[in-house]
Parts: sequence; structure tokens; C-alpha cells
Amino acid sequence: MDQWLIGIAVVFVVLAATLAVLTRDPARQAVVLSALGLGLAVLFAVLQAPDVALSQLAVGTALTPLLILLSVRKVTRRPDDGSSDLSSNRNEGSDPERT
Amino acid sequence: MTARARLLMFLAAAAVIAVFFAVACVRLPAFGSASHPYGDRAVAAALEHRTANVISSVNFDTRAFDTLGEESILFGTVLGATLLLRRARDERHVRAQAEDVMTTTRLFGALLLPVALIVGVYIVAHGQLSPGGGFQGGVVLATALHLAYVAADYRVLKRLRPLAVLDVADSIAAASYSIIGLTGLIVAGAFLKNIAPLGTFNEITSGGTVPVLNAAVGVEVASGLIALLAHFLDQAVEIGDPEQRDTPDANAQGGT
Amino acid sequence: MGIGPYLAAGWVLLIALYGLVTSRNLIHAIGCLAVAQSSTYLLLLAVGYRSNGTAPVFSDLTPGTRPVVDPVVQALALTDVVVGATVTALLLALTIQLRKRHHTVDPQALTGLKG
Repeated sequence: MDQWLIGIAVVFVVLAATLAVLTRDPARQAVVLSALGLGLAVLFAVLQAPDVALSQLAVGTALTPLLILLSVRKVTRRPDDGSSDLSSNRNEGSDPERT
Repeated sequence: MTARARLLMFLAAAAVIAVFFAVACVRLPAFGSASHPYGDRAVAAALEHRTANVISSVNFDTRAFDTLGEESILFGTVLGATLLLRRARDERHVRAQAEDVMTTTRLFGALLLPVALIVGVYIVAHGQLSPGGGFQGGVVLATALHLAYVAADYRVLKRLRPLAVLDVADSIAAASYSIIGLTGLIVAGAFLKNIAPLGTFNEITSGGTVPVLNAAVGVEVASGLIALLAHFLDQAVEIGDPEQRDTPDANAQGGT
Repeated sequence: MGIGPYLAAGWVLLIALYGLVTSRNLIHAIGCLAVAQSSTYLLLLAVGYRSNGTAPVFSDLTPGTRPVVDPVVQALALTDVVVGATVTALLLALTIQLRKRHHTVDPQALTGLKG
């Protein structure tokens, strides 16, 4: 029974990892990475490593995909996004004489 | 180098790695074998120091020096990311706006947030007894706090998150790990030696310095990750690009 | 199950390296690096597994009654899961800085050093 669970979990992890690498769009990749994190957490649990499963669950399914999505949002922001409707709230700290 | 040449080079190298890795695997003990000499010794060492969770004992007692290195990496990366993501002088700061959230979502978040935080503290505190400890509990604490962002909006999260306090807590926790180690050096002649009373097996006060080090790492991981996420959220939510109007062509090639 | 799980870890590492080599987006490359990291956890925990073993936690288990899996490799993987996530964060921060200063996240467009 244990062997079957471990086998299924390993196959899922391998497929999810392959899919995560072949997903070229970072935003979509974050979703696949989240599934991979969940699969790894399940695998660690059936491999009798509850401590590792616990941290993998929080890190792999939530933290890493969140960091990637935030970076994607920052990096792919369009030039006019957020400046046209929010310009009234602009802060004082815009000092253009850097670099 | 062209992309094609790079791919061919990678395939050649990967084939070599794959062959050697497979050959090495064949000579390893098969999956699930009964021979684990280091594991057996680690279990014996943990039981000797009355720590029920052997993994915590390995991390914070037998191999505590290694964990000092790991938490130094953690401190260093948080410091580095903080430096890299600080707001440059030419960037615009856009205040995050209040957002509409469904009442049920808000209620769900308000109910779940304290429960999740208590679970995080519980996991840190019971690291020497049950699965858990500073690393896991710290991660749970850090992610639990961000329920406020999911269930409400960024302004609520900012109010719940005293960043200046967390930065200081991070540094103090990182330093206290070394101080506990130095105390061991002074009192018993070995860095990070388990000097505290070992207590009764399977009670919360067992394990000597293990729960103390667990707490230090828990505070460091939680405050470090919250600070890290805070800088990313600031960048994504509140900070605009510099000199956007001046270089419209440069921005065009940056996307995916 | 023989050496299947070890080979699975090797495959995950190689496919992640393939993604790193062919990546045209640094954020995608960092995601591939996270996959490569997870292959090491897979290998470590597979090495430490013992058939019919249980978790090495003795709060509800009398020592000696059941075989337990190897706790040393679990401790190694445990710290690295958390530290690896912060390293990922540092790399993403570098990417954000790169995008700010060089206006690109394509590693192949970064040809020379610029002041």
C-alpha cells in the first residue's frame, strides 16, 4: 500500500516538474510550481517526513509562487499602468537626478 | 554562443551526467533498504538528550552548528533582498488603495487569521515534541499573516505588520542563536553544546537548548520572510517605474 | 521499487537544467532553479526511506518498537526548503533590479557589462 502511494506521488512529482519547466510563461509557471509544491508535500508525507512536508507545503504552494507572481507583476507592468488614474496620489519622493 | 550551440553542449553534458548518475544509483542501497547507520545513531543521540522529535534534535543539537550556517544564509539573503528592493530616489510611490472584498471573505479572513497565527506559534513551541519547529512554524506564521492581504487589502496588511519591529526582531533572533552557542562555549567548553537542563522526555520543557534555539529560528524565519514579502509587495503594489515617459522604447522589449 | 525514486530525482534535475539553459526569461529560469532544488529533496528523502518505517518522532511511539526512517537526511532537506525559498527571493530581487536598470529580463539580451 505504501509502495503504491509513494509510486503515484513520485510519478506526479516528475510530471509536474517536467510541466513546470516546459511552461515558458512565468505567471503560468507559478501555478504549475504551486501544484509541484503540493505534490512534493504529499510525497514527503508518504515518505514519513512530516517536518519537511510541513515546510514544503507552506513554502512550495504559497511562498515561492507568490514571490514569482509579484515579480512578474513588477517586471511586466505596462508603462502607463497605474500612473494615469493614481497620479493624484503621487508621493513627494520623485527625484529624477539619479544615475 | 548561439542558442543552438548552447543546447547541443547542454545535451552532451546532460548525457554524461545521466550515465554517471544512473551508474552511481545502481550501486546505492536500494530504495527502502534497512541499513541506515547514521539514522540509528541520530535516534540514539536524540533519545539520550530526551528530545522526542529526532529531526529537531539533529537540527538544533547534533548539527546545531550547521543550522547556524543555514540561518546565516537566511539572514544574509533577507538583508540582500532588502537592499536590492529599497525604493530608489527616482521611483514614484503610489499609495495602495482600499479594495472591495466580499463580506464573507472578510469574515473568513478575520476568523482564520488568529487561528493560523496560533497554529504557527504552536508549531514553533512544540518543535522538540511533534513534527514542527522554528523553520516550519516560522514559515506558517509568515504566510498566515498574509491572509490579511487575501481577505482584506494591502493597507490592512501594512497596519498588521510593524516592519521596523520585525527588522529588529530578525537581527536579535539571528544574534541570539550565536549567543546561545557562545554560552555553551563558556559554560561547557564547546560551541552550541546542549547545556540547559534536559527536562522530562515528551514534555514541552524537554530537550535542553533545542526549544530555545527553535524559538530563535522561528522568530528569525517569520520576521525575515514577512520583511522579504513586504519588499516584494511594495515593489509590485506601491512603487512605479522610474523615468517611464523618457524611455518608451526601452520598456517595450522588457515583457515576456 | 529498486532505484526508481533515485532516477526520478535525476530526471527532475536534468529537465530543470534543460529549462535553465534554454530559458529566455530570468523569472522562468529562477522557477527552473526551484525545480532543480526540489530534486535534491527528492533524492535525500528517497535515500533515507526505510520500508515499513515510520516518522522518527517518539512523542506517541515507544522507542524500538518500529523501524523509523533516517532523520539526518530529513533535517538536511528541512532547513534547505526554507533557506532555498529566501535564495529564490534574492534572485528575483536581482531580476527586478536588472529590469529597472537594463529594461530586459532576457538573459540572452544581456551581452556586456554596463556601468
